[in-house]
Amino acid sequence: MGDGHRYIPASDADRDAMLREIGVARIDDLFASIPAPLRLKGPLSLSPAMSEQELWAEMSRRARDDRQPDPGAQFLGGGAYRHYSPAVVDHLVSRTEFYSSYTPYQPEGSQGTLQAIFEYQTLICQLTELEISNASLYDGASALAEAVLMAERTTHGGRVVVSDRVHPEYLEVCRTYLANLDLPITTFGHRDDGSSDPEAARRALREGKASAVVVQQPNFFGCLEEIEAFAAAAREAKAQLIVAVAEPISLGLLKGPGRQGADVVVGEGHSFGVPLSYGGPYLGFIAARQSFLRNMPGRIVGETRDVDGRRGYVLTLSTREQHIRREKATSNICTNEGLCALMASIFLAVVGKNGLRDLAAHNHAKSAYARNRIAAAKGCSLPYTAPTFNEFTVRLPVPADKAVRTLLDRGMVPGIPLSRYFPGMDRDLLVCVTETNPRAEIDRLADELGRLD
Amino acid sequence: MQPRSLRDPERLLFELSRPGRRGVALPPLDVPAPDRAALDPRYTRDEVEGFPELSETEVVRHYTRLSRLNYAIDLGLYPLGSCTMKYNPKIHEKVARLPGFAGAHPQLPAGAAQGCLRLMHDLERALCSICGMDRFTLQPAAGAHGELAGIMMVRAYHRERGNPRQVVLIPDSAHGTNPASAHIAGYRVEQLPSNERGCVDLGALRRRMSEDIALLMLTNPNTLGVFEGEIQEIASVIHARGGLLYMDGANLNAFVGRARPGDMGVDLHHLNLHKTFSTPHGGGGPGAGPVGVMRSLEPYLPVPTVEKEGEVYVLRHERPKSIGKVRSFFGNFGMFVRAYAYILALGPDGLRRMSETAVLNANYLRRKLESTYHLPYDAPSLHEVVFSDRHLEDTGVHTLDIAKRLMDYGFHPPTIYFPLIVKGAMMIEPTESESREELDAFILAMRRIAEEAREDPDLVRTAPHTTPVRRLDEVGAARNPVIRWTSPQKPR
Repeated sequence: MGDGHRYIPASDADRDAMLREIGVARIDDLFASIPAPLRLKGPLSLSPAMSEQELWAEMSRRARDDRQPDPGAQFLGGGAYRHYSPAVVDHLVSRTEFYSSYTPYQPEGSQGTLQAIFEYQTLICQLTELEISNASLYDGASALAEAVLMAERTTHGGRVVVSDRVHPEYLEVCRTYLANLDLPITTFGHRDDGSSDPEAARRALREGKASAVVVQQPNFFGCLEEIEAFAAAAREAKAQLIVAVAEPISLGLLKGPGRQGADVVVGEGHSFGVPLSYGGPYLGFIAARQSFLRNMPGRIVGETRDVDGRRGYVLTLSTREQHIRREKATSNICTNEGLCALMASIFLAVVGKNGLRDLAAHNHAKSAYARNRIAAAKGCSLPYTAPTFNEFTVRLPVPADKAVRTLLDRGMVPGIPLSRYFPGMDRDLLVCVTETNPRAEIDRLADELGRLD
Repeated sequence: MQPRSLRDPERLLFELSRPGRRGVALPPLDVPAPDRAALDPRYTRDEVEGFPELSETEVVRHYTRLSRLNYAIDLGLYPLGSCTMKYNPKIHEKVARLPGFAGAHPQLPAGAAQGCLRLMHDLERALCSICGMDRFTLQPAAGAHGELAGIMMVRAYHRERGNPRQVVLIPDSAHGTNPASAHIAGYRVEQLPSNERGCVDLGALRRRMSEDIALLMLTNPNTLGVFEGEIQEIASVIHARGGLLYMDGANLNAFVGRARPGDMGVDLHHLNLHKTFSTPHGGGGPGAGPVGVMRSLEPYLPVPTVEKEGEVYVLRHERPKSIGKVRSFFGNFGMFVRAYAYILALGPDGLRRMSETAVLNANYLRRKLESTYHLPYDAPSLHEVVFSDRHLEDTGVHTLDIAKRLMDYGFHPPTIYFPLIVKGAMMIEPTESESREELDAFILAMRRIAEEAREDPDLVRTAPHTTPVRRLDEVGAARNPVIRWTSPQKPR
């Protein structure tokens, strides 16, 4: 063996000296507690070690493989949204004091992380117009599952009632989480305009007890929901209203669901400056009314004082958590998505009150423009009339997956074929337009869709 | 106004905010301005109340100052036991930001995401080689999430064989996530006692084993850093009654290239890419918790799986026995890029040297500190060692005080009061990233603290003295929780 590896300081000479101090002859002696039949005889079957230069070349090659069209010519949403992230976000999260530290178990040496999370919790409360937030969860879909479990812990309804306009992957994650808990999911339908139907929710609630009603704002098909109507339906049935938000940039324009009567708001926070990165890491957020404080899942940071009276921050309410309560904990979650929550906070701090309002307005305006242009394209129509934010459904004259293949050859991804999630919706395409899609590409999209016939 | 000092606390974003400041400029809108009437005001608000208004300059200073209040692995030894705080190679941050990876939308057609799918495929194959398993799912977002996915697969496996069974057995030395995960998967948890060596009591297991037990969750090496030497016998006892053996792979850094879970009778296990495979801990996530399974559990893996068909990589959703999905899309892909880069950079020899050095460093610390601190279990250590505060009992100095005092010496403290089977536990995991000089400096600090405990116990009991804040009132924080900022004008 050579003299060590660049990531591992101990040289062969160091190893020998340390072995002598320990009082054993060989490294093998340190592994004597592994029974002989279990010891690996040969080397692992992996390619030999690479220098950093080789590694950079190899990973660059792998990343270049893709036939990914220019980002401005991609009109993809469906739970992940392309937004411009100011340079300060990546710069600041690249500070090693943030990214190479861990869960702030020792608060005196972790005030940077703790204060940043405290600020994150505040930002989430302000966005959702609710009273409390935790330090983040894995992603929007698992956050919804955690919210449903929290509703059941506090309401014991034994059932959840979910709109069929909720993101199908969110619903699938909920089904997976609830599969073993005797907690059935009843779905309810939508109106012709594409929004969820409050009367259908009422009918579903009348079928028996339920702990929660779940809707998504804007819904998976891009349509806005009338949150107050679902809040009323939930209240009548003594169930909680959970609102899921997959595209939180919308909260720069739309009312906070908490103000409209939601008891719990969950969502996907990656739109706030976290790279798309083929689906993760992202961050789930969860905010709720004050009464849920001791039933929240995950880490929570609280303000306190040190022995000299100085303000400081600590992980708090840990008697909810697995390392204290074990199987009686509110969740099995150990870490949050700390660095992603930090990215979201920095993004929101620098974009700020005015920037977020303008950014949301631009998304809405560009999407409205695209929607009008596409509605006028030959053979294309809009199946739904409900208002939208930055995403909408288009009905094409040909199967949508075929249209996607055709346009991919022309350097464009026009949207998501909805047949991927809903067999039968063959001609429906989910189109998303953000500030990253220039007008020229929107025009080209409408022109290309008009030529599909 | 008071002049500023270096020990000034950093004010909150909301306290720094001033009306009218902004940190970004958007490009001019290149489409017609939005028609106000297009969106009914019952949906909209004018502004997010209380949101910060700051310039870019102020935001940069705020977070740079906050960063300086943190300890980090790039500042020195961070010996949190079972957390495997190792060096995070800088090239990982660069490759994860390659536009083909960082800019890839998860809804891209598979034909336009071949580089991403190939990376996931190849990482899965590499993990299978390292662990001796048949397949991996990369989807779970953290170790605990992997446990949950794994136990759900176990339940699906048993259900298909006619009975999901009722009980998951968990040793008393296990992480709290194990019982919490088993509970969410619908199982009753029963604790299994440790023997005098801190390992699973094989006799107790034999007496308890029955057809109602679905699974034993075993951390190996366990949370004392001790290899469960009877793991094959344990597996036989479980398998003889149709149960399965889960290995919590949090401590895999102890034996990569030396042994493989798949050779030990393990049916499934998770591992933590942010531990063994060096992806950054990020102040508490994002992690990644892939789960490896033997062939018998493959049908139940979460969807989609990544498959290679000829020269093309595809996502396979049609898997009728799958447990479904545990999160959206495919998992924490950015962590897969970093972990794969780590495997390529180390290769088979480097990975083996990684574990050998981690074990060497832990044993070096053990040898140098065992005359100063009480070693409750003297079984051989692998990658970590657990001491207790018992030798200092008469001084009134406890584990918590030692941990706090270590910060004055410039070190992050070890994991404390865990595992629960050791009173006053200090669980120290140095990893392979530390040089002998860094270990010696830590040893010196630990010995000095033991002396201080005898000569000036108050100095230790009131530590830390040099951190940005001193000991914080955690009881008060939990009694009167303040978990967000509110405007001083408005009552809370």
